[in-house]
Amino acid sequence: MNLLRSPGTADLPSPVRSVLSVRMPTVAVGLLLLVTVVASAVLQPGFFSPYGLSASFATFLPLATIAAAQTIIVLGGGIDLSIGTVVTLSSAVSVVLMQGDDGRLPLALAAGLATGAACGLFNGLVVAVLRLQPIVATFATSSVFGGLALLVLPTPGGQAAPVLTGTYRMVLLLYVPIPAILLLALFLGWRLLRGTRFGQHLYAVGGNADAAYTSAVPVSAVRVLSYTLGGLVAALAGVALLADAGAGDPTLGTQLTLGSIAALVIGGTRLRGGSGGVGGALVGAVVLSLIQGLVFFAGVPTNAREFVYGCIIIAAIALAGLLTNRNGSAAGTTGGNR
Amino acid sequence: MTTTIPSIPLRRLAKDPVVISGAVTLLLWGAASLYSPAFATWGHIVTTLTVASFLGVIAIGQTLVIIAGGEGIDLSVGAAATLSAIVASRFMNGSDDGLFFAVLAALASACVIGVVNAIGVLVFRVPPLVMTLGMIAVVAGFIRLYTGGRPEGSAAPLLNQLVTGDTVLGIPGVLWLWLGLSVLVIWLLRRTSYGWRLYAVGANRTTAYLSGVNPSAVKFSAYVLSSLFAGVGGLLLLGYTQNVYTNLGADYMLNSVAAAVIGGTALVGGVGGYLGTIIGAILLTVLSALLRTMQIGGGEWGDAPRQILFGLVLIIVLTAYGRQKRLRG
Repeated sequence: MNLLRSPGTADLPSPVRSVLSVRMPTVAVGLLLLVTVVASAVLQPGFFSPYGLSASFATFLPLATIAAAQTIIVLGGGIDLSIGTVVTLSSAVSVVLMQGDDGRLPLALAAGLATGAACGLFNGLVVAVLRLQPIVATFATSSVFGGLALLVLPTPGGQAAPVLTGTYRMVLLLYVPIPAILLLALFLGWRLLRGTRFGQHLYAVGGNADAAYTSAVPVSAVRVLSYTLGGLVAALAGVALLADAGAGDPTLGTQLTLGSIAALVIGGTRLRGGSGGVGGALVGAVVLSLIQGLVFFAGVPTNAREFVYGCIIIAAIALAGLLTNRNGSAAGTTGGNR
Repeated sequence: MTTTIPSIPLRRLAKDPVVISGAVTLLLWGAASLYSPAFATWGHIVTTLTVASFLGVIAIGQTLVIIAGGEGIDLSVGAAATLSAIVASRFMNGSDDGLFFAVLAALASACVIGVVNAIGVLVFRVPPLVMTLGMIAVVAGFIRLYTGGRPEGSAAPLLNQLVTGDTVLGIPGVLWLWLGLSVLVIWLLRRTSYGWRLYAVGANRTTAYLSGVNPSAVKFSAYVLSSLFAGVGGLLLLGYTQNVYTNLGADYMLNSVAAAVIGGTALVGGVGGYLGTIIGAILLTVLSALLRTMQIGGGEWGDAPRQILFGLVLIIVLTAYGRQKRLRG
């Protein structure tokens, strides 16, 4: 597979090459973050005020969590086009059980998380045991989950528990919003997972499933687990969405899936699997949310907003693609030869 | 790949995706006819095929892009179809006068999407899935900007005639058009050097390159053709619905991929053909017509149960042959 290297990097000494290949996506996404934060601080009045920070992080968290879920699946060599519908289904289940009652919160959250994990498990079994191609398989399951979400909650609505929405809006120590702490917790959770045996196996399976199999990695089990875990994290995103909006919406699915994949690619994770990480995806999601806010605050006319936002995302993705593939070009030249 | 095939063995036939999906289609259609005899009438068959033709035409380009390999996929076909329909309806505005120009403008606008996709994939090396997914947002944004959120105009009477009325030998013009395009595409894939180059690039980009094929040019053409055919599909849809709305083509995004995959075109590239996609498109249409006729859903449940069953049946159909090879051992 990797016998061919692109001529551009082959001549360079290996330390330089490794710096170029490993650091570039990280540097690029860091720069993007810096640019968007500075621009937001200039254009958005009160961006660094406690209220501004709280509002920003409240919108970051749902997208960042979905992006993290998608990253876990993509790292293992899969992809989940149903992830948006997993989010809407699990949040629909939660909000219907909650009925705006604090006492029912634990039960409702547990049911939502279990729903997400079950959806993920189903995806994992379809992909790893039935061995269907992930793109079409998760397209089919997205139809199932989306339909279930509409059954549970036919129209946007329901009422989240006041404790949930109240806690989500809290700001600790004047400047530290709760969603920011949760974002950090998400990242730390990923670092813990990355260090486990499963974390290693995930990269091994995504990088080269045949080689992993030969090295006695339980490939199918790792795939099923990665989808299940992805589903569970997607359900967490559903909770965050619920806490942010205060109500459920069964129709958001496709949009969320698109956002999760865009954030992951901007964050430097390779869509072929085996390279990248959740940290990048989190930053990618923050960048995406910031750009959306910037388009609003830069005074772009209402009808042009979506177009400008779309163009900026494409540009960011193209930039990320250019930098990420600097080392992935070997795979590019031999791509699809199996 | 495979060596000598003296005669077509039965086992090989039973594993051919085109044969399987054809059989499943007949099975579904038979079940539908048993459930409601109206399904077996000529008029109903023509209607079902007409609805399938939109998906079939849109899936032409999808098939080409997937065959060209390199994880090729075009999720922006739905957006391209919508854009083409919206541009056309505005220029036509319910009369035949500007028909030619309207069609030209619509197809040109669709092609722009294909060109941008190709540049993103080939020059900036964005994975096709991401590039074409991102283009959906751009095109949706452009449509918002272009129409102000309220698309105007309506289909030219001639276009409407082509799709719904005016039959030749009892078959509407749109089906003749689909037949003509199908013959053209199958000939293109099987008998021309362009088709061979497409399969060569899809099967192994490096060997194709070393054999004197320009992989980038082949892929570029595949993406542009994909948007072009999606644009044609959008025009046909416009002729059917007469008026446009902003998510007219949204359903065709993944259904076109499903039609190709059901028809035996593998997402790894270099394998498959358009005949299978035709059957895949008919299968999906019959399936959704069957679920509609059985009146699953409707009323207070809305579309939901139909959507769930559609997904489950799709998984079952794919399990029949759409499986990837087992890992070594």
